[in-house]
Amino acid sequence: MQSPEILLAALLNGVMTGAIYALIAVGLTLVYGVLHIINFAHGAILTAAMFAVYVLHAAWGVDPYLALLPLTVCFFVLGYAVQRLIIGPASHGDDGNILLITLGLAIIIENALLAVFRSDTRSIDVAYAFSVVEVGGLFLSLPRVLAVAVVLAVVVLLWLFLARSRTGAAIRAVAKEKMGAELCGIDVARIYAVTFGLGAACLAVAASLLMPTYLVNPRVGNAFVLVAFTIVVLGGMGSIPGALLGGLVIGVVESFSGLFMGESLGQIGIFLIFILVLLVRPTGLFGAKA
Amino acid sequence: MSKASAYGSVLALGAALGALPLATESNVLLNFLIFLLIVAVAATGWNLLGGYGGQFSFGHAAFFGTGAYGMAILQERAGLNAWAALPIAIALGAAVGRVIGVLAFRARLRGSYFALVTLAFAEVLRILANVLPMTGGAAGILIRLRIDPWHFQFADRRVFYWVALGFLVGALLLVRAMERCRFGAWLVAVRENEDAACALGVDTVAVKVAAITLSAAITAAAGCLYAQKFLYLDAAIAYGPWISVEALLAPVIGGAGTVFGPVLGALVLLGLGELTKAWIGTLTGGAVPGVDLVLFGVLLILCVAFAPRGILGLLSRLRFGLRWARS
Repeated sequence: MQSPEILLAALLNGVMTGAIYALIAVGLTLVYGVLHIINFAHGAILTAAMFAVYVLHAAWGVDPYLALLPLTVCFFVLGYAVQRLIIGPASHGDDGNILLITLGLAIIIENALLAVFRSDTRSIDVAYAFSVVEVGGLFLSLPRVLAVAVVLAVVVLLWLFLARSRTGAAIRAVAKEKMGAELCGIDVARIYAVTFGLGAACLAVAASLLMPTYLVNPRVGNAFVLVAFTIVVLGGMGSIPGALLGGLVIGVVESFSGLFMGESLGQIGIFLIFILVLLVRPTGLFGAKA
Repeated sequence: MSKASAYGSVLALGAALGALPLATESNVLLNFLIFLLIVAVAATGWNLLGGYGGQFSFGHAAFFGTGAYGMAILQERAGLNAWAALPIAIALGAAVGRVIGVLAFRARLRGSYFALVTLAFAEVLRILANVLPMTGGAAGILIRLRIDPWHFQFADRRVFYWVALGFLVGALLLVRAMERCRFGAWLVAVRENEDAACALGVDTVAVKVAAITLSAAITAAAGCLYAQKFLYLDAAIAYGPWISVEALLAPVIGGAGTVFGPVLGALVLLGLGELTKAWIGTLTGGAVPGVDLVLFGVLLILCVAFAPRGILGLLSRLRFGLRWARS
């Protein structure tokens, strides 16, 4: 048995990793909730965002936290355009087609990054990467504490946007009843694009928060996206609170299984949860219907 | 289509492809063609489940890898003869398919859920193969070089080509036979409208489980061929996403739900892939990884947008259009 300090540290580490997982999963679940598609390009877009942070830092010395806001805007526009110009027109409204198109996008993005940056793993060097803050005798990594704070802020903002703004109301309407929303004069194609843009924007935030302590290579998004799928399935497809809680649970599970079983087998724990949830309760903990 | 022409067209394709090595002695070309055949067999497996049954798997690597590792482990660890290992490895692949099928289809997973769960199974197997001592872990596993037809290794590449072609023709004949029997009709009914098929008395779960088992067996056979051709495996090769992607892309681009779609798709994909790699290579003076896959992704999106039934669908529409214009 491990000492209580180590267990507590593992728990907190898990929560901090889980916060970023949760943010990635929120983007995925939002898109699922509204468009009713699984965006297989989610991981590749995350990789692209991480490379964007890396390039900004490597070429112009832009701090990842400074890059956060402009990149979020850029990725929103990018996501909007991808849905509006590629996924929407090419899918002819068929779900199976959307599945294939997002898979195609994932292949394109991932391999274009591979062609440009090759398979080397890169990271950025910032002065505060190893800074720590002391909380009640425990030393926590400063960038990761910051990440938790930013994730919370983003989720609150997103929730306010969905709950209070007119566009947010339109998004909720389309998610509930697409045909009815269309009859009320809501431009469904635009709402789809806005939602996809929001999903991509979440990834830009996540990338800016990850890069100070993480590394990037063209395949890095895959690791995150399978975790994000698990979280989304666990929390219930389309449920934002579910994604938040699911993210924290998976972060902690990963941290503990890494502690007890070692890194490589730790991943299996996540996949097994994923398969089990899909098979036993595909609606997840919070989902209303499959 | 009459019975003779249904099976005759497959045999004619086989004969035409079989004559190819007589025209060339180029090792580069033969290696390419053998790889093409392996991908075409794997894609034919995917097509049975995805093209005819409408169940899009993103994890056919699970079957390919099980066939390949089965072949390697049975020979190297259990000391079996290659030809004896072959049916066992194929059966192992089919068993993995059956287990995934029973679990996923009993749980009534459809569409993107099914795609996700197949992907997850392939990843679990990949991670396991990367750590277990039986599979050689991260170092991979080598099949001893014993060039002897008795050990399924041939001095002449052309012989291996003909053996691989035999696998492809066998797989295509199987798909053709399935297409023409009652089971094939049930499977297509499940694809077109599962609820209606169920209402008409089709046991949809049993049909889908049978389809994934057969599909997995064919793709596992492709894995066996791969193992014997390259004699080396590691987790990223056998269970890697590349084969899941290529097994899916070839039928979708060639024409899913048609016998020849996967073969045409594999030819177009790999042919264009090699050409782009060579072209970019001469432009930049070195190999650039990933460019062929970028092209595959673009092709996939273009196909979904403009040729939903693949190249074969496009061709038949074109022919129909011409006939209509003439009359």
